[in-house]
Amino acid sequence: MTYLLLAYEFFKAGLFAIGGGLATLPYLMEMSRAHPDWFTLDQLMNMIAISESTPGPIGVNMASFAGFHVAGIPGAIVATFSLILPSYLVILIIVRIVDSFRDNRRVAGGLRGLHPAVTGLIAAAGFSVLWASVVHTTDGVAQFQWLAFVLFLCFFTVQQFKPLQKLHPILYIAVGAVLGVALNL
Amino acid sequence: MKLLWDLFVSFVLIGTMTFGGGYAMLPMLTREIVDKHGWATHEELLNYFAIGQCTPGVIAVNTATFIGYRRKGALGAAVATVGVALPSLIIIVIIASFLSNFMHIAWIAHAFAGVRIAVCALIASTVWGLYKRNANTWLNAGIALVSFVCVALVGISPIYVTVAFAVFGALYYGGRKKA
Repeated sequence: MTYLLLAYEFFKAGLFAIGGGLATLPYLMEMSRAHPDWFTLDQLMNMIAISESTPGPIGVNMASFAGFHVAGIPGAIVATFSLILPSYLVILIIVRIVDSFRDNRRVAGGLRGLHPAVTGLIAAAGFSVLWASVVHTTDGVAQFQWLAFVLFLCFFTVQQFKPLQKLHPILYIAVGAVLGVALNL
Repeated sequence: MKLLWDLFVSFVLIGTMTFGGGYAMLPMLTREIVDKHGWATHEELLNYFAIGQCTPGVIAVNTATFIGYRRKGALGAAVATVGVALPSLIIIVIIASFLSNFMHIAWIAHAFAGVRIAVCALIASTVWGLYKRNANTWLNAGIALVSFVCVALVGISPIYVTVAFAVFGALYYGGRKKA
């Protein structure tokens, strides 16, 4: 019964959470209110912190975490796959619609307007991650982390050199982890 | 079979190396999907992102489904989707079962802080490349700037921005003889 309920709740979250990132959060909060025995709001906050700092899409991490919390490994599997199922089904439908409208002038124009807009959206997402990394607030006082910012500028500059652009992003991530430990970030 | 396996491996890699949500996976996606395998162009990737932004579900998953479907139909979509979610499931289960206060271990917290900085720089480089390609006219540079300000500084939901500029593009570019 718990599995069915988990499947239902996470399918719903996957179907209605639009926009990615933390869009699933309101649904998880509702879950903690509707099923107090599943997880508390405090536990949810811990899950967010870990989901944001571990690999993988945040929404998927949250589902795995919450599902595990409720019913162990089977719970994690049920919650994760219930969350991604609506995405899968909706995209399969959309892909057909997009294909049949691809040569439509309005649709082509709409996509052309979207390219620069999405560029701005990605810049905004990057900015919020950067902000969270270089400005740490302790006891209500915002502190600018110079070391982190300088490191960011170094990484960015290095990546602008043509031969280095061919390097796999994983290399930069690994170097970041090593430097983080070495510099006590 | 080979293509299905390649799709699966690529998306497991992308799922493993995505820190901080949907957009953070753009550098990895560009590298694996566009540069390495040629499964999509830069423009197509942006289209998938824009569509993933306004459709239900996690953007990373939507994009995986899209690319998988384009390469190998519904089965390819399933393989890519499961691939991108699998690392999350495994990593989170390991963390949740063995380490109750994972982020309190000092060196792990430091390592993740360093990783976040590297990811920020990767995103910034990607954005810079996108900007050079897409902000080729004053109008497009303006659109990019307005969407950035709306979302990053004003706090408007990206969905509204996406819908607004899709409508604008349809009316402005779509209304011309040569779109």
